[in-house]
Amino acid sequence: MQPLNHSPQTPRLDPAPSRWSWRLQRLMLTPVFRVGLRVGLPFVLTFGIGLSYLSNPVRQNAISDVIVNTRASIQERPEFMVSLLAIDGAGTDLAEDIRRNLPIDFPVSSFDLDLEQMREAVMLLSPVAEASLRIRPGGVLQVDVVPRVPVVVWRSYSSLSLIDENGAHVAYVSFRSDRADLPLIAGEGANEHVDEAMELIRTAQPLGNRLRGVVRMGARRWDIVLDRDQRILLPTTGAVTALERVIALEGAQDVLSRDVARIDMRLSGRPTVKMNDDATQELWRIRQLPENGQ
Amino acid sequence: MMDLYDSQRSMRNMRKIAMQRGVVAILDVGSSKIAALVLRFDGSAKVGDDGDIGALAGQSGFRVIGAATTRSRGVHFGEITAMQEAERAIRTALQAAQKMAGIRVDHVIACFAGAEPRSYGLDAQIQLDGQVVTEDDVARVMSQCDVPDYGGGREVLHAQPVNFALDHRSGLSDPRGQLGNELSIDMHMLTVDAAAVHHVAHCIKRCDLELAGIASSAYVSGVSTLVEDEQELGSACIDMGGGATSISIFIKKHMIFADSVRMGGDHVTSDISLGLQVPTANAERIKTFYGGVHATGMDDREMIDIGGDTGDYEHDRRTASRAELIGIMRPRVEEILEEVRARLDAAGFDHLPSQQIVLTGGGSQIPGLDGLASKILGHQVRLGRPLRVHGLPQAATGPSFASAVGLSLLAAHPQDEWWDFDVPADRYPARSLRHAVKWFRDNW
Repeated sequence: MQPLNHSPQTPRLDPAPSRWSWRLQRLMLTPVFRVGLRVGLPFVLTFGIGLSYLSNPVRQNAISDVIVNTRASIQERPEFMVSLLAIDGAGTDLAEDIRRNLPIDFPVSSFDLDLEQMREAVMLLSPVAEASLRIRPGGVLQVDVVPRVPVVVWRSYSSLSLIDENGAHVAYVSFRSDRADLPLIAGEGANEHVDEAMELIRTAQPLGNRLRGVVRMGARRWDIVLDRDQRILLPTTGAVTALERVIALEGAQDVLSRDVARIDMRLSGRPTVKMNDDATQELWRIRQLPENGQ
Repeated sequence: MMDLYDSQRSMRNMRKIAMQRGVVAILDVGSSKIAALVLRFDGSAKVGDDGDIGALAGQSGFRVIGAATTRSRGVHFGEITAMQEAERAIRTALQAAQKMAGIRVDHVIACFAGAEPRSYGLDAQIQLDGQVVTEDDVARVMSQCDVPDYGGGREVLHAQPVNFALDHRSGLSDPRGQLGNELSIDMHMLTVDAAAVHHVAHCIKRCDLELAGIASSAYVSGVSTLVEDEQELGSACIDMGGGATSISIFIKKHMIFADSVRMGGDHVTSDISLGLQVPTANAERIKTFYGGVHATGMDDREMIDIGGDTGDYEHDRRTASRAELIGIMRPRVEEILEEVRARLDAAGFDHLPSQQIVLTGGGSQIPGLDGLASKILGHQVRLGRPLRVHGLPQAATGPSFASAVGLSLLAAHPQDEWWDFDVPADRYPARSLRHAVKWFRDNW
């Protein structure tokens, strides 16, 4: 009689692992393999799937479209739009020039403005000494300009121009009388030595309005031109001192008030005075009078 | 002689690689169970500055990180008889141990009990070239040993230098650097059946593992079970396994004799199975729970359900008294011990200064065995358990794990064998590159 609780059972299975499960277990216990499985496999899978997904040109276009649209929608928000150009520190003409040099179609997104390049463009204008650009809240492109200040009028062969103290060109003028308040300089290379000319002009203040201007001679020395075609020839070095000596002579002996064509101070040891023809004739006539010198 | 040890040398190289990797598996192929341990070497076995070797007798250089046992299949008398079965059993044990350790193991050191070990004592003596003993002299004297004809189909498992003597001074363990004229050596060589070794190697190779060493179970049981003074003064370790009882004799910390009796616990079980007409599994259970070798009056009254699974009520409700069981077991145990006695006598054990006998192995757990053994083997008998090692699970500390533990100790501190020494220079082929290299190394 078989016991009732005795289920017909298969013989107990051998607990031994099969060769393949044994190899698998040993493989799974190999550190390199485990790291490869934990790190390498997810990496390769992710990379491969991503690569195969992105290799389709239609999907690439769709993705780039989304990016471009999102970018545009952010950039074109009203908070980022610039609709006004404000210029500070420039006169009307200069402001017009600046507006002409910055070809912007307002309104424009502030992301599209290259401030550095625009500043370069403004700086290219000759009357501008210094410029700074920024975008003010409220959508205003603010341009702060420091204009060049002309100190002399320079007459060259072809034109008449205004020059600031560094010799930089500011603007052209048509007539000398347009800027009668500024002194006149002339000659080749005069614009490169504006500071010397200004020094001479300041020194020549005592001559009052007899001063017509200063002329650069041979690109190395200065002449002072007065009215009645009088000239003071100054040396290359020590021009101011020489001019002061002439002014002192004028104060003591009224040299310039006499009929003198030029005073040559180029040799400091031997100042020379050239008289006009009439004065020379008169001098000779006086010398020949027999009574003279009795 | 040189190429004879090539396989042993290659196993030493494997062992070196395993040490560098720091993980090695220990495999005890027994007839009743296969035990696998996974050891991790952490290199902490350095002797301290003050010469203190610390707790555990300096054996703390390794730690057991995985242990597993499985019922062995295909192993009888300590030898593999069915390759496929044994291979599967080995794989089961190693897989469980590996899983517990959480580390992949590539190198295995194995031991087995059977294969008819035979001991040979060798000796040789040479005249030294100079006054001082050099390594080359040691190698030369070892190669001078007169190797007996141990027969074809056998392989040398151990060949250990046991004793060196220089002129009239004997008992030297390391003669290098000492002065003398005549160097002599005593060696102990153990040969086993080559087929058994090859079967074990083949099974391990089939598991994709490298064999990093192989040892006799008799030897490693002695290493783990005998305490230091027993090893020093002379003692015998008797490892009563399932299919074979192995005997090893130690003196001066060296094994000088090993043998194996092809009887063990399995024979006791089969006797019970025959005597009580019960299945082997039942007989094993009855032996484990109720076994003994000394019957008392109480045992006549203690009835054991010996059971059965036939469905026949009368047959399945049989009982036997414990005295009957003991009556079946005792003659077989006596027979085993008598056989051990005969082997010990043949080895000349009674000439040793101390005749301590240590019983270990699963069979030594029979209650009352020490009393019976002292009647047959002599008075100095004790039951031995293996040394404690780091990290060994409680379940694996019993006497049945003596050889597994001993093999762990041997893996951590290997005994010098013949093949660990240099090949003597005159045995190199003439004009070989190694010869030139050795000449340079010796002279510069």
